[in-house]
Formats: sequence, structure tokens, C-alpha cells
Amino acid sequence: MDFTPTEDRRMLSDTLRRFLTDSYPFETRNKLAYDPPYHSPEKYTELAELGVIGAFVKEDAGGFGGEGFDITTVFEEIGRALCPEPLLGTLMSVRALADLGKTDMVEKIIAGEIRPAFAVFEPEAGERLDDIRTEASGKKLTGRKSVVYGAEGGDLILVAARLSGNIALYAVRDAEISGYAMMDGAGAGEVLLDNTEAELLSEDCREVIEAALDAGRLALCAEAVGAMDVQQAMTIDYMKQRKQFGRPIAAFQALQHRIVDMAIEIEQARSITILAASHLGGEHRSRFVAMAKNLVGRAAELISEESVQLHGGIGMTWEYPGAHYAKRLVMIDHQLGSAESHLLRLMEAA
Amino acid sequence: MDLTFTPEEEAFRHEVRSFFRENLPDDLREKVRGNRPLAKEDYERWQAILHEKGWLAASWPERYGGPGWTATERHIVAEEMALAYAPRLVAFGLNMLGPVLIKFGSEEQKKTILPRILDGSDWWCQGYSEPGAGSDLANLKTTATRDGDDYIINGQKTWTTLGQHADKIFCLVRTDPEAAKPQEGISFILVDLETPGIEMRPIRTIDGGYEVNEVFFTDVRVPAANLVGEENAGWTIAKYLLTHERTNIAGVGFAARDLSALKELAARSFRNGKPLSEDPLFMAELMRTEIDLEAMRITNLRVLAESESGAAGGPESSMLKIKGTVILQKLNSLTRQALGAAAAPFPADALPPNLLTVAPENASAAATYFNNRKLSIFGGSNEIQRNIIAKDLFGK
Repeated sequence: MDFTPTEDRRMLSDTLRRFLTDSYPFETRNKLAYDPPYHSPEKYTELAELGVIGAFVKEDAGGFGGEGFDITTVFEEIGRALCPEPLLGTLMSVRALADLGKTDMVEKIIAGEIRPAFAVFEPEAGERLDDIRTEASGKKLTGRKSVVYGAEGGDLILVAARLSGNIALYAVRDAEISGYAMMDGAGAGEVLLDNTEAELLSEDCREVIEAALDAGRLALCAEAVGAMDVQQAMTIDYMKQRKQFGRPIAAFQALQHRIVDMAIEIEQARSITILAASHLGGEHRSRFVAMAKNLVGRAAELISEESVQLHGGIGMTWEYPGAHYAKRLVMIDHQLGSAESHLLRLMEAA
Repeated sequence: MDLTFTPEEEAFRHEVRSFFRENLPDDLREKVRGNRPLAKEDYERWQAILHEKGWLAASWPERYGGPGWTATERHIVAEEMALAYAPRLVAFGLNMLGPVLIKFGSEEQKKTILPRILDGSDWWCQGYSEPGAGSDLANLKTTATRDGDDYIINGQKTWTTLGQHADKIFCLVRTDPEAAKPQEGISFILVDLETPGIEMRPIRTIDGGYEVNEVFFTDVRVPAANLVGEENAGWTIAKYLLTHERTNIAGVGFAARDLSALKELAARSFRNGKPLSEDPLFMAELMRTEIDLEAMRITNLRVLAESESGAAGGPESSMLKIKGTVILQKLNSLTRQALGAAAAPFPADALPPNLLTVAPENASAAATYFNNRKLSIFGGSNEIQRNIIAKDLFGK
């Protein structure tokens, strides 16, 4: 048994942590995250140059990673820094394109020359492919994709659509997009397709899309683990400094026990994320990813709510970085299926 | 045992409900229903309507302009006002300062201040909390030093709710820094916010909204006549104030209202291809919350019956504060969850109305959830309420 990361992954995470710490000091991060285009296109390119996107796909597709642990290495750092770059859409897109053998596009994405977004969710369809209503007719798409992360300012949107009973994948370059900030910062958009020109990538690729979504879910779990680590450390620091009734609130046993419960849940979240990462390329992928998304969703909400409560009023303020970690931790559950929707998946499969 | 209201009380409820239905302006109801921020004049408009009816100062005696309701009638009105989606009454003048002046104020203070609260001439805010005195309120540092016929105030208050709308602030200040115990040497004083030396700064909250402020006092000169009660007896007043208006602490009306809105939302939201109202996991959580709410409703009525019979309040109000806030926060959380990915945009109304993927009344569900994390923090955090209950259980 060996849970230590490989030398390559350790180097990637060290480099990335330094870069993100320098690039996204808290006030810069907030400005980027809440003002259009809700991230920094320059920083995105620099991240690509650091090799972050190359880590998402295997060597035979032009990358140099592609395993579950490569994804978690990157996204844990994204979570620690509360980085608003639209890498989640990039991850799902580049993996789907790699699976479909679209090497040209994959190379350009890895180099940061084009930035993709991945559009599955619709107002009436969650992450369930069965409920997709966007229709293809010839080379045209009609429908609406909702809350598409990174849609604003992207060069290419991969759209899951219905084509003669199957779920097909299209590339759209000129869609009408209405962009907006998310509750916890970073951008998304509504993608409105009205007989919109599209390039067919694959006529029937349900499994490719499911695999890409699961890679995205794993990334969100790792992001949450990184953010929870920071949030816990900030809360402990605050409790050591904040004095009430003549002593630091860290001295109150009732509050100590709550920090302990948080710590236990974070370790559980880390463990299930490791488990899911180890199964990303295997036949039980979706089962372990669903388990991870459920447990991490529960843990992240607990850490978020408890950290705000233990900070008192300070935790409620926009000025305090912890408030934005708290929001990110809760809102992760609103991306790619909630804790309960993944629990339902597991119940249905049991 | 009789768990029903009397026929007279039911008739009263009916009268109140009809009045609210006919007199609450539609635009105000829609704003409250959508959890959109209320402007100062929104609050004032609703309070003027109630004032004209003589229903504004629910807890004041009739001789000062109150409606003369029993505690049960007050409870009914609070519940109906929540269910009607009326704006909250701004409590600082009506439920805090008013009762304090009626009990501790001079005749002059009662005569000049109470009518101005009722007719909306003055908007009061509260100056209790300080950066170092949150849960540990007795640790407050703001000083008021006597200088001839004046006090000179220096220090900082924080979490001043809706202070941006206020004309006046009532403060707890330290008048005797040498007092043996931190609770001693504190006074209760009234300050006009127009006085030179006062600066109010906004605090932006987690949801991006603005409802709380910091207030800085630098050599602020206030007439000594603004002192309420005796010098150094402010702690007694503060404690009276904290225990005075407890009938609505559980927020049963708000919870009942949010629960029924959530049920409607669940019927039209989909998860995994089915309406949430057919999703066993979601409905289990919703039903557990409804069970908790039903129990709390009765606990609340038991406390009410006890206070009607004149029994001294025990730690039950602390229990109601904890349970009430937890239930409201759970309902906020379930409402946010019911929207799935559509809860994520911020602020939700940044989307043009024709692009909204959710009904306007639900568009701010995530923001409301984050904003209401405050419920378990303010007004004596839930941890402090547990300390109070523990003290009672273990016999002081």
C-alpha cells in the first residue's frame, strides 16, 4: 500500500500551488470571479503553458497524464486557491474529444489556443442524458443549454443533443450566449441554440459523455477537498485568536469537538476521492464516483456551515475569504448532480 | 388539554387575515415572496398602513398607542403577517426601544420618542455588538464620559442592522470603566445619528447584499438627558430587552410559509426524471422538517400558554431560538437544493427575465440560504443559547 503521490504529480502540485498563490491573491481572485468575463484569459493560457490541461489526457492523445490522480492533483490546488478559471469544462471537453480521437482539437486545447465548454444540462434535464431535449437536424441544433460553466468567452462549446434516438455530441462555435457570474464566483452562461450551425463529432456517444461527466465529478470532489483543507485551517486559526469570555474560543470543549467532527469528515472525503480516482478508468467508475460525489457533497456542506457558524458574524462578511470558500463548498453540490441525486443513482443500481 | 384556539381567537385570526389580504400592497408582497431587498420606503409604507389601523406596536400598552392584544393575539398576528408575505416590522423602535422606554424611560422621553416611532418619523437602530463584544456582550468597550450636561462617546459598534436607513441609535456604553464586574458600569443611551463625530460604514455580506454596518464614534457629544434609566444600570435594561419580546422567536409563521412554498416548488422541480415530490430522499427530508415544525409549533404554544398564565420564562425561549433557526435554515437549504443547477447563478436576477430558468420567487434561493446562516449567529448565537439551557439544567 502506498498513498504517496508520484514525483511528477508532486512537482505538478508544487508548481501549481506557487503559481496560484502568486496569481490569485484574495482581492484579485474576487475581482476576477465576480466581474465579466469571470476569470482571467491570460492566466488561463499560463495554466495551459504550465501543463495543467495536458495532465487531463493520456499520452496517446497528446497529453501526459489522464489518470484519476492527475485530475485530483490539479483540482485539489484549484480548490485551495478558489481559482475561478473554467477548467472544469476544459477537463470534460478534452477528455471527451480524446476518447473520440479528435487529436487536432485536443492538441489546441492542451496548448491553450482554444478554450472549450461542455454543455449537457438543460432547464428540464439535469445531468441525466435521458432527459436531453436539444434536437439535431442535419448540421443544425435547436434547444437550450443552461448554466454551462465557462460558456462565456469560450471558443468552442461541445453540445450533447438528440439525434435519431441516440445522444450525439456536436461542436458549436457561434451560439448565442448570455453569460453571468455564479453565486460563488466564476462564470457560466445560457447557450441558446436556434437552428444553430454545428459540427457533428459523434453520432452515438453516451458512454463518452458519461465518462467525461464522471471525470468532472471527480474533479469537483478533489476541488472540495482542497477547499475544505483551507477552510478548516482558517477556522482553527480564527478560533485561536478570537477571544470571548476572557479566553480564546478554541479553549471551549464544545467547539473543539465540532472542529474534530469537521476534521473526521474531511479525511473521509479525501479517502472516498482517492477511491474514486483509482477507479476512474475501470468498470466500476460510475459507482465509486457517485459514492464520492455523495459523501463529498455532505462533508462540504458541513464544513461550510460549521466554519461560518464558528466564525460568528465575521464568517458572514464578503471581506472575509472564508465566506467565499463556504459558498464554493456548498455550490459544488449544485454542479453535475447533488449528493442526493447520486445517492438515488446508487440506490437504483443496488 | 385543548390544543385549539378559542372561537374568539379564531375570529380574530380571520379578521387579521382579511385585513392583510386587502391592505398589503401587491408589489410589497411580491418583493417579500421573492426575497428581494426592501427599500426604506417599502418598510415605511407597510408600517404606515398598520399604524393607521392601530396595529403597529403590538406589544405596547394601549395608553401609549398599542392595540392592547393578549400574547396569543400577538402570536396570531405575527403568524398571519409572515403567511401574508408582509415586510418584517423593523423591531428596533417597535419591539426593543419602545418597551424599554415604557418601562425605564422618563415621562419626557416617552412623550417625545414613542409617537415618533409610531408615525415613522424616526428609524432607530441598535448599538449593542462591538468587534470584541459579540456573544460576550458585557465585554463592550465603547465609553461615555460625563462632561457637564453631556456625555462624550468614543468607540465602535458593529453588525448594526439597517443602520443605513436610521436616524437614531440606542447604545450600550461603558460609563464606569472601574466597575468590579464587566456587567456593571454600563449605561443605555440614545444618540441622534446626525451628531458630529459619527461615521457609518457598510459591511457587505456573504450573499453580496448590504444590511449591516459598522458605526464609529469619535468624541460624539450627547445631552445627558438622553440617558435611559439610571447611570450604570444599562445591563438590567439590556437583559429586560432580550427577554421581553419572545413570542415570535421561533418564527413559526415564517417556517410554515416557507414549507408550503417548498412543497409547491417540489411539485414542479425535476430530479432524475421525476418531480421532486415523488423523490423519496427529498420528500423524507421535507417530511422530517415538517414533523419538527409541527412539534415546534406546539412547543411554542406551550410557552405562550405559560406566559399567558404569568409564569416566569425559563430556558424555553432558548430552545425555541435554536430549533426555530435550525428549521428555517433547513427549509432554506432544501429550497436551494430543489433548484439543482439552476440555483447557481449570482445574483439570480442578473439573468433577463425571459432567460430565468426558475420562477422569480425562487431565483434568490441560494442567496437567501447563505444570508440566513446569520439566524443561528445573531441575537445570541445558538451556542450561547445552549449555554443558557445547560446552566438551567445543571442548576446554575
